Amino acid sequence: MKSPPKNPVNLVDHGFMDARWKLLDIAAFLDRLERNNAEDDYRVRSLYAALEQLGKRGAQRTENALLVWSDTTTEPIPAAHTKGASGAWEAGDSAGEQAKGGSA
Amino acid sequence: MKYIEPHAHMVSRTTDDYERIALAGCVALCEPAFWAGYDRSSEQGFYDYFSLLTGFEPARAATFGIQHYSWMCINPKEAEDIKLAEAVIDLIPPFLDKPTVLGIGEIGLNKNSKNELIILEKHIQLAADHDQLILVHTPHLEDKLKGTRIIVDAIKNHPKIDPSRVIIDHVEEHTIATVLDAGMWAGMTLYPESKVTPNRAIDMIENYGDETIWMNSACDWGVSDPLAVPKTAQVMRQRGHDPARIHKVVFENPVTFMSQCPKFKVD
Repeated sequence: MKSPPKNPVNLVDHGFMDARWKLLDIAAFLDRLERNNAEDDYRVRSLYAALEQLGKRGAQRTENALLVWSDTTTEPIPAAHTKGASGAWEAGDSAGEQAKGGSA
Repeated sequence: MKYIEPHAHMVSRTTDDYERIALAGCVALCEPAFWAGYDRSSEQGFYDYFSLLTGFEPARAATFGIQHYSWMCINPKEAEDIKLAEAVIDLIPPFLDKPTVLGIGEIGLNKNSKNELIILEKHIQLAADHDQLILVHTPHLEDKLKGTRIIVDAIKNHPKIDPSRVIIDHVEEHTIATVLDAGMWAGMTLYPESKVTPNRAIDMIENYGDETIWMNSACDWGVSDPLAVPKTAQVMRQRGHDPARIHKVVFENPVTFMSQCPKFKVD
């Protein structure tokens, strides 16, 4: 059951400046990568793929961006060789595989 | 504002942090066993850690009027070594009789490996054998979706586990429905960089309801904020939520879930 606020506020007033600076920071990050020829990375490609989700309607942008970055396989891996996570699923990087000459 | 911090790793925090959260209104705090930032070399290291969680930390918290509870397990980051993990699991039963231990946690998966799953299933069996609550850690970032699905299935497949006695922590927008639809509780972790922000947590409350959900800081040795819960309560106020709902999410809901263990009492 949904639970909206009892006394709704103007959400644009509440969140616009916060969203504005965050968007500018992303823009600046992408400019920085481009200026320094640092874009050839599966994480950067996944970021552009996630950004595409922001232009779509349906109020599922957050979930869809998270799905872009997610491992979509279902079986456990044979063994864990690291403890960390990078934030994007490298094996799902089809653009990177094509760039490396891998099969689509 | 009175609140409960249902997931914090105070072993990694200073005594000043206890004072800060007490000043913010924290009356009870729960500390699941976790990865301390390094792999322990033997089961004896875990025994010492469990002793700290059930002795030193409750005493340190009590200094500031905070009740301290804990959960026992070997975390999934150290579960790849099956032999060590089984030896640690054998250490746990006597600790379940301690007056401040609420259950088994934070168990789960990290990289979604076969050995991690074997140890998760052993912990689930341990909880079933000793009629314990379960607190689950879900994997980070790109591994979360897959791991959450495997974990939920493993718990659902156990005939003796009541899903309403399980909380799946660190949910995000792409995993919360899987957890709630399975009849389990959902925990949202408020982190400055990963997991969720205050506004995203509030969005999930608005979209999925406030019935079987809680928020925690999961403050530890990484980038995290022990005051994340009261700060999120403040954002709820700014977004027009009434005090009764805020109290429900930050106090009543943790009490409802953890009171399923008769040892949990809060004033």
